[in-house]
Amino acid sequence: MSEEKPRYLLFLGCVIPYRLSSYEVSARKVLTRLGVELVEMPEYNCCGFPIDPLDHYLALTLAARNLCIAEREKLNILTLCNGCFGTLNKANKTLKEDKEERERINKYLAEFGMEFKGTIEVKHLVHVLAEDVGFEKIKDSVKKPLSSLRVAQHTGCHLVRPKKLIEKDDPENPTLLKELIKLTGAKPLDYMDEAECCGNPIIGVNESIPFQMAKEKLEHIRAVGAQALITVCPFCHMMYDLNQPRIERAFNEKFNIPVLHYPQLLGLAMGFTPEELLLNELRVKPADLLNEFQRGRE
Amino acid sequence: MSEAQEQVLNIVKKEEMDPKFKYEISKIHGAEKIMLCYQCGTCTADCPVSRFSDFYRPRKIARMIQLGLKDRILSDKDLWLCTTCYTCIDHCPQNVDIAHVVRVLRNLSVKHTNSMPLVFKELANNLMKTGFVYVIPESRRARRAQMGLPPLPKTKPEEIAKLFEITGFAKLFENVETFGRVE
Repeated sequence: MSEEKPRYLLFLGCVIPYRLSSYEVSARKVLTRLGVELVEMPEYNCCGFPIDPLDHYLALTLAARNLCIAEREKLNILTLCNGCFGTLNKANKTLKEDKEERERINKYLAEFGMEFKGTIEVKHLVHVLAEDVGFEKIKDSVKKPLSSLRVAQHTGCHLVRPKKLIEKDDPENPTLLKELIKLTGAKPLDYMDEAECCGNPIIGVNESIPFQMAKEKLEHIRAVGAQALITVCPFCHMMYDLNQPRIERAFNEKFNIPVLHYPQLLGLAMGFTPEELLLNELRVKPADLLNEFQRGRE
Repeated sequence: MSEAQEQVLNIVKKEEMDPKFKYEISKIHGAEKIMLCYQCGTCTADCPVSRFSDFYRPRKIARMIQLGLKDRILSDKDLWLCTTCYTCIDHCPQNVDIAHVVRVLRNLSVKHTNSMPLVFKELANNLMKTGFVYVIPESRRARRAQMGLPPLPKTKPEEIAKLFEITGFAKLFENVETFGRVE
């Protein structure tokens, strides 16, 4: 690990500035505390993911435009969203390795004087924490370990699949997020079908299937007695937090499982207040969790 | 209608089969290995959507391509039920990249049927106008300052619109029809 301070271009994507400030605020707080310098990404556009089903080459060009901006700024990209990571990482790999695809995309980009050269890397928050900051430093930053807390994690698909494009974690049994959770003092629980998809990407065309998928996952999480679910993707988060009351109504169930962004969990352990981490913006209020957390302090 | 009756109606007719279709598909990036599918069904067994859908079956999609049922597969709205979890890609013993095959079919389906789900049209439209797929309201932007967040960068929608144009998507997009839910 280099002694130099890690410096990244922060790629926020669309959905985080649109409705999940709690993720952005908490991520910025913990990353800054850990000595990661975040540079605002100028002129970026949507990563391209939602366009891929309509026109693959338009989506690839949209992703490449972002990559070119990062190349111009001479900085690697840090994403908070699994979807943005998956899309930009795949585009970056494809364009680096496939000359034919690169030439096709560069022809489009030439309209704005841009050219993909393949000089940067794309990482997700989880990778920056594990690889650049390191477990030791994160552990040292924890001032108030959350030792009484038992949580479940949902890593999400686009952080680990397709395996051949990422190769940073085991998609069948992802452990990176669990390791990061352990550093906060909380205990990550095993549960059934941990690696199963949240279903969110098809919610705009069919609500019933993703609701059934999410309901099943919430049942498995409840069964092991998790006090919270930890996510690292805005789409997975929306599926389990924002939609949880609707899922409860649809199936006449009561889960009441708070869903925290990982940097909110780490932030609490670092000593930031729940207000500073915007825990009040969660749909499922983590009241019980915070009470217990407070009691542990007294 | 009983399941048996439906099956009778779904019988493949020779006139429906386009023997060249599988070759066309296998020339497209992402779908090169479609002819290697030997119908083991791993993709369907491990597909989280197939577990809850009576219709969505990746194995069936692969077979329909191999049989050349071009019109049938390209107008099948079930194509839009893939969540892109990529489990099928990781598990396929023949490395068929089945989720990418579904993406290839979706792209072709948009052209072939001149239609797409309404939600995708809205997202694409927002992107073309603002650079983001969601229109971020002024109130949200103003709140960023209150929360101590830096302002969002200025986007270049004119460059995005230009990309829509030069990739040929803008022309298609202009008059595309939409459909709502896929059940």
